Amino acid sequence: MARITAGVTTSHVPAIGVAIDRGETTTDYWAPLFAGYEWSRKWMAENLPDVVVLVYNDHASNFSLEVIPTFAIGCAESYQVADEGFGPRPVPEVPGHADLSCHLAEQLILEEFDLTVVNRLDVDHGLTVPLSLLFGQPEVWPVRVVPIAVNVVQYPQPTGRRCYELGKAIGRAVTSFPEDLNVQVWGTGGMSHQLQGPRAGLINPAFDNAFLDRIIDDPEGLTHIAHLEYLREAGSEGVELIMWLIMRGALGERVTPLHRFYHVPASNTAVGHLVLEAG
Amino acid sequence: MVERPDFEDIPGTTVFTAQRSRQGFHLNQFCMSLMKPQNRARFKADERAYLDEWPLTEAQKAAVLARDYNAAIAEGGNIYFLAKIFATDGKSFADAAANMTGMTPEAYREMMLHGGRSPEGNRSIKEGR
Ligand SMILES: [Fe+2]
Repeated sequence: MARITAGVTTSHVPAIGVAIDRGETTTDYWAPLFAGYEWSRKWMAENLPDVVVLVYNDHASNFSLEVIPTFAIGCAESYQVADEGFGPRPVPEVPGHADLSCHLAEQLILEEFDLTVVNRLDVDHGLTVPLSLLFGQPEVWPVRVVPIAVNVVQYPQPTGRRCYELGKAIGRAVTSFPEDLNVQVWGTGGMSHQLQGPRAGLINPAFDNAFLDRIIDDPEGLTHIAHLEYLREAGSEGVELIMWLIMRGALGERVTPLHRFYHVPASNTAVGHLVLEAG
Repeated sequence: MVERPDFEDIPGTTVFTAQRSRQGFHLNQFCMSLMKPQNRARFKADERAYLDEWPLTEAQKAAVLARDYNAAIAEGGNIYFLAKIFATDGKSFADAAANMTGMTPEAYREMMLHGGRSPEGNRSIKEGR
């Protein structure tokens, strides 16, 4: 049987990918950020899962304004790296786990979470930057990935509650997969940041640190945060934090925090990172 | 019916709703066309001619040509789509953010290094908090 062993949350700032790709991770600006991931990379190497269910959002890379799925699941054998306007990141293509994807799609839709099934998906920094942060620069990614894409670009984004419930359903669906797999669930994006308009650059450490506390032991409470509150407190792009609730729902009632990191700034963004053990 | 929250009450922020998505449909689709290197090359060679191939309003074209991202957002643009324009220019999200806040890139970077823009006074126009 497949089992969920751990969860990871991390911001997925595009500039972090650029810093890695250009070999700038030891500069004065970037060194403190990457230091916060050192423990996690060692831990990850020793606790390598077979599959990562990676919850992220597409940033106008694969999904145009023609079709805007609220929740989508990649069911492909592999995923190409998107060209976001400056050429694709020089990272390997992302191997999928089509059997687990198809199983999850079936189980989740029958549980009334109507995910859009995507058989061809180009993945952007939202998915590749977390892989780079946790695995560095390998020739081939050491895990298979099931991408779950969440609309956070166009209002209304799904509610935090819906995300949390979807996460619980993902937890049930993973554990009913017959193959013996070690599965992690990652929730990416956030923390506070605003990339648009005269209020750009908003950072709210009090909100972020409370969110880091509560995602560990009060995720239910976090599901009451409404869109307006995310917008006011965490900036217009801070609403990405709803994706952390999917990860948290999948991990079950109790988790043990193994690592916690918070850093400002990475470009425009407050970076938050957790490694949580299931149980 | 679920009431839409009063988004206009958040200072300096435009929420990308389905209505704005309609208004900016062609503008944002034009932006995505810049994900192909051949389109970037054609756009760089003659921006006006490339824009004229798209059914954009004159105000949308003017905002793109001027790299006035606040104006582009007012015309229905979304920042993740507009990112394809500044990526084509070799610029970052931080450069674009500086553009929209009216700060120099250096001053904006300095603000971020000192913890960013505080939410104090930036949450609500009506409540002044
Ligand atoms: Fe994002």
